[in-house]
Amino acid sequence: MKCDIILAGVGGQGILTLSYAIVNACLDEGYNVLQSEIHGMSQRGGAVYAHLRISDKKIYSDMIPKGRADIILGTEPLEALRHLDHLTPEGKIITSSVPVKNIIYPDEAKVLDELRRHGALLLDSTDLARKAGSIKAQNIVMLGAVSRFLPLKTLKMYIKKLFSKKGKEIVKINLLAFDLGLITKCWEI
Amino acid sequence: MPYPFVYTMQKKKILLGDEAVAQGAIDAGISGSYAYPGTPSTEINEYVRSTEKGKIHCAWSPNEKVAYEEALGHSWAGKRALIAMKHVGLNVAADPFMSSAIAGINGGMVLAVADDPGMHSSQNEQDSRCYADFAKVPCFEPTDQQEAYDFTREAFDLSEKNNIPVMVRLVTRLSHTRTIVAVGAKRKQNSLRPARDNKRWTVLPAYARRMFKEHLAKYDSLQKFSEKRSSLSLRGKRLGVIASGIAYNYLMENAPKDISVLKINFYPLPMKSIEKLAKHVKKLIVIEEGYPFIERQLNRFKIHGKLDGTLPLTGELTPDIVRKAIGMKAHPGRKASSLLKIRPPRLCVGCPHASTYDVINGVKKRFPKLRSFGDIGCYTLGALPPYNAIDTCIDMGASIGMAKGAVDAGVRPVIAVIGDSTFTHSGMTSLLKAAKENTDMTVFILDNDTTAMTGGQETLANDQRLVDIVKGLGVDERHIRVIDPVPTRLKENIAIVQKEIPYKGLSVIIPVRACVTMVKKR
Ligand SMILES: Cc1ncc(C[n+]2csc(CCOP(=O)(O)OP(=O)(O)O)c2C)c(N)n1
Ligand code: SF4
Repeated sequence: MKCDIILAGVGGQGILTLSYAIVNACLDEGYNVLQSEIHGMSQRGGAVYAHLRISDKKIYSDMIPKGRADIILGTEPLEALRHLDHLTPEGKIITSSVPVKNIIYPDEAKVLDELRRHGALLLDSTDLARKAGSIKAQNIVMLGAVSRFLPLKTLKMYIKKLFSKKGKEIVKINLLAFDLGLITKCWEI
Repeated sequence: MPYPFVYTMQKKKILLGDEAVAQGAIDAGISGSYAYPGTPSTEINEYVRSTEKGKIHCAWSPNEKVAYEEALGHSWAGKRALIAMKHVGLNVAADPFMSSAIAGINGGMVLAVADDPGMHSSQNEQDSRCYADFAKVPCFEPTDQQEAYDFTREAFDLSEKNNIPVMVRLVTRLSHTRTIVAVGAKRKQNSLRPARDNKRWTVLPAYARRMFKEHLAKYDSLQKFSEKRSSLSLRGKRLGVIASGIAYNYLMENAPKDISVLKINFYPLPMKSIEKLAKHVKKLIVIEEGYPFIERQLNRFKIHGKLDGTLPLTGELTPDIVRKAIGMKAHPGRKASSLLKIRPPRLCVGCPHASTYDVINGVKKRFPKLRSFGDIGCYTLGALPPYNAIDTCIDMGASIGMAKGAVDAGVRPVIAVIGDSTFTHSGMTSLLKAAKENTDMTVFILDNDTTAMTGGQETLANDQRLVDIVKGLGVDERHIRVIDPVPTRLKENIAIVQKEIPYKGLSVIIPVRACVTMVKKR
């Protein structure tokens, strides 16, 4: 088993929180895992990404080679598109369809079209997060959405752990966000 | 000890490369951790602070030179100390580093330096292995996070045994990758036993000449150890690869068949293994992250690498670049999208620096010839649109010195813009000189109550303390103006600064308002 995932989004969208849950679940469930993240500037709004590699064998490179990623998980559509050249011919794209327009944005319809042409599963993470109770839970919606392709069973336990300090209500919202991401048929937006 | 190590009471932890270094140092029994923040090294001391506060001295130092000297004193007292910094930090700490190498240590002393090939968040891609070689200090270069833990631990023993500081060289991808690391039991901290040998700790020329000779001999003798920490696998004769640090991962990721490989993790180089490999194969490639450091030392062999264009001379290696260099075909993939637009970082909404730049740009309308010397921090983003308010940014603390130099040359009006942490890092001495000469310029010290750029470490001087320091350095109190950088006070702030610009002497403007992101975090 190997699953190479590229997480892509905009600074402040909670990509590292999302991968925290995956990495911990991997340790629990006996998989090897590498998560390489680019952080540096604490200012908001720049492009961010992380490479996450899960395998039952030894993993060498922290970076996923071009053409070898099984999944691109985007919290923003243009950012998901940015890593296209890393995807295998059979690879999947799962991304939020909600653009963050803090730059002179390319034609939004064209971005979504190109994603669809590559078979991307798109979902309205803002809407689902709002339904779960907080717009901040968009990253967990996306985690739920991608979880259908992951071999991991303990993700929800780590969501509980992650948010337990912030109170029961926040835990509930995030668990619901996860489920909404998981059950929504992504291609029907 | 043969590698890999087996620890008693082994436990598994999820750690970043930086955290693995910190945990390795903690488990090696350090009692002091000294650092100035800098990406990608910051998480080393952050980790010590979050797990060992109270048990290990681990407050942030004002700059890397001070951090190094504090650690050196700690070592002199017989205790083990870790020093962490980013690559350019070693430029600042180079003076004590070079000389302490000759003098040696007492308690084990390890310097973890994180390089940033590809310049993800730095101003250059200097290779710290060159510094290790320059000072003739032994250097570990881990391949992965497990080795980062293992080698940092071992570096302390090696340091004490050989009476020499030891470097652990990291790179961004190693520092900032998280994985599962097996850790062992903690060794006890050293007890206090200050050095007695005054001569050895006093590098007067007469003493230093002898010590330098001994130092070089000691360094060379570590080649034997280097053979043990490298691993040679002799297979096919067609191609031999020498791969160091994380470059080895990129090689193995491609699972090349039937090639011979020498994995290097320590300097001085394992020359015997290199010779064995060179004799065995027809073609030899060196793959290393950073400068062609190994390659240059092997010019008596016919070598392929960064110098003959087999690999790029600049930027970061990737598994794909390495794949090409060893003659393998690229993986089939998809074409990059043509719709992409870059998305650079920007100042947060509500950032006090944004208001300060609005003030500066407001003042510029009245003084269009105003030139502005910048510095490093979140506020460097003032160089980009929409602000375009900064003309230079070179290194930490350069703003005040460069501004003064320009004034000396005849440029007017001139301002310098420097953050509070950068000011205490290396701006204070330049201001001392400018105050002494009452240089005709205006210095902005941006007090946002934190070291924001690197994630919000505490600073050494804010509010009244900062004002007192500026006064103490000799700036005329009447020309120290504290302002509140908020949009609602724009007009009033512009008026204050506009009064100071024509003043034929040194003015200091201190905009005081906390970084909004750190306030949210607290
Ligand atoms: C020699 C050196 N050490 C460390 C760094 C990393 N670094 C860049 S800016 C900065 C701190 C900036 O803090 P401050 O001046 O308070 O500005 P702020 O980011 O808070 O606006 C640090 C630690 C560096 N670039 N060079
Ligand atoms: S982190 Fe703080 S100082 Fe940096 S841009 Fe954001 S608000 Fe400004």
